Amino acid sequence: MFAAILLFTAVVGLVLFAASRVSGKRDRAVAALYLLPTVLMLGVGLLYPGVRTIYQSFFDASLSNFIGLDNYTKIFTDAEQLIVLRNTAFWVLVTPFAATGIGLLYAILVDKARMESFAKALIFLPMSISFVAASVIWKFMYEYRPDQRNVQQIGLINQVIVWLGGEPVQLLIESPLNTFLLIVVMIWIQAGFAMTVLSAAIKAIPDDIIEAARLDGVGPWGMFRFVTLPAIRPAVVVVLTTIAIGTLKVFDIVQTMTGGRFDTNVIANEFYSQSFRSNDKGLGSALAVVLFILVIPIVVYNIRQLRRSEA
Amino acid sequence: MTTAAPLTTTPVSKSEAHKLSAAADAKNRLTSPWASLAAVVIAVLWTIPTFGLLISSFRPEMAIKRTGWWTFFSDPEVTLDNYRAVFDDGGINLADFFLNSLVITIPSVVIPLCLASLAAYAFAWMNFPGKNVLFIAIFALQIVPLQVTLVPLLQLYVKAGLNNTFWTLWLSHSTFALPLAIYLLHNFIKEVPASLIEAARIDGAGHVSIFFKVLLPLLVPALAAFGIFQFLWVWNDLLVSLTFAGSPEISPMTVQLSNLSGTRGTAWHLLSAGAFVSIIVPVTVFLLLQRYFVRGLLAGSVKG
Repeated sequence: MFAAILLFTAVVGLVLFAASRVSGKRDRAVAALYLLPTVLMLGVGLLYPGVRTIYQSFFDASLSNFIGLDNYTKIFTDAEQLIVLRNTAFWVLVTPFAATGIGLLYAILVDKARMESFAKALIFLPMSISFVAASVIWKFMYEYRPDQRNVQQIGLINQVIVWLGGEPVQLLIESPLNTFLLIVVMIWIQAGFAMTVLSAAIKAIPDDIIEAARLDGVGPWGMFRFVTLPAIRPAVVVVLTTIAIGTLKVFDIVQTMTGGRFDTNVIANEFYSQSFRSNDKGLGSALAVVLFILVIPIVVYNIRQLRRSEA
Repeated sequence: MTTAAPLTTTPVSKSEAHKLSAAADAKNRLTSPWASLAAVVIAVLWTIPTFGLLISSFRPEMAIKRTGWWTFFSDPEVTLDNYRAVFDDGGINLADFFLNSLVITIPSVVIPLCLASLAAYAFAWMNFPGKNVLFIAIFALQIVPLQVTLVPLLQLYVKAGLNNTFWTLWLSHSTFALPLAIYLLHNFIKEVPASLIEAARIDGAGHVSIFFKVLLPLLVPALAAFGIFQFLWVWNDLLVSLTFAGSPEISPMTVQLSNLSGTRGTAWHLLSAGAFVSIIVPVTVFLLLQRYFVRGLLAGSVKG
């Protein structure tokens, strides 16, 4: 570790030393030096691999034979792959709206309340822990014990079901219920992010607008509908799209909780299984490209919204 | 709202004793007990899962396996055996993985911070051909999902003989962080008044001394904000580590915990204690530096 830090300190030191030797106002030379390490790393570490993956997605499992669009055909026709696509759609359609909705509701509820920062920390804390730890936490919530005498439930959800007079359920095995239970984990993590951003946006609404609306006799629902919501619209769009992009790429939760079994697989996890477990690098690459293509429209929409709100 | 417009000219709100807010107002006019109740319900729902696992991590193995963690309140039994077990040399030896996580994370935060501040400075205060195109290109690289880069990167690392060393992780994490880091730091540097830079220039300072003497002190909050971001992201990462860190010698805690969850999914005494060991560092960082973290979050999303 120290070797790595030393080496990079040396590189940066060399850049700075060289830059300080450049006399006068010759920006070009200094700029080139300042940007060289970054451009090099991005070129080798992001750009080249990205292009290479697109190229490899047209090859077979061992990357030795060109097979055209076969990998893509498989993704969109194979029964197993279709479940992967369906689950990914569930994730992207449910998570952003649920997390944003809960975050917004909570931001409004605790705004100006006593112990506001403590209340916010409770919701925000899951953001700082790993998806893996969150998965362990929730696996315990979903834990199932067969319904026999002398056997007690140790997972809270099943215990609540039993207390309510129901039969315990193998929560992580029942499809498609299990996919939604995994989605709950993502919502649990992301609601804090939504709450923080939206709370800041709410606090930025000018007082006089609120006062004016109040003097006009606007009720609480009207206040939310006609004052709060329009004012924070750009922030809502940013939060929705950020969570949607994060959700598309989610891998850790599925990997840790079910390993993609019991029909819970999603594109990001299937990419990993195909590339590194089943060693089908061609299909894996194609899945990564599909993921990339799905992200693009969300980002473009986001940028267009930003442009419009700035105009 | 059209009828409300003239009213805004009368500064009523300024004379108000307490500050107003749309949300607080909406809430107060709603039946307030219900609003408070809803807030408490959400807060409890969000806290219970972690709380249950925390309690479990201190219960004896047999108690965890036989009864739910809530029985702790009627029959409290406390032990540190679970924590001892996860640190045991013969067992899952979490101490080594903990160390690996640290070794992976520290350079992965320091390196991109150094490189990104240089690049952000160049974009903000230097003139060179192709500046805007390059900046937009770097910004656009943010949309590349990591998954798209992993297979070719692994092939590159194998060719370079870096496979199964910490270098794969340091280089990958640093590279992936650069686009966002440059963008965020650029936003901050741009807001430094040009007069400050000009004054330093007139005094004869070059780009290097301007960077260190004028900008660096002003940049500390931005560097802290991004540093915490990057720290949490690297510490919590599973995908990059799982791809490049094949052997246990260089795997971080997330990999070990994920493996445990798969192979010993019912060993709740190990899983609960292990999960808490892995949570301690990021939660501490988060609580200590919360203010910077939130600021970094807002700079990245609302300002756009």
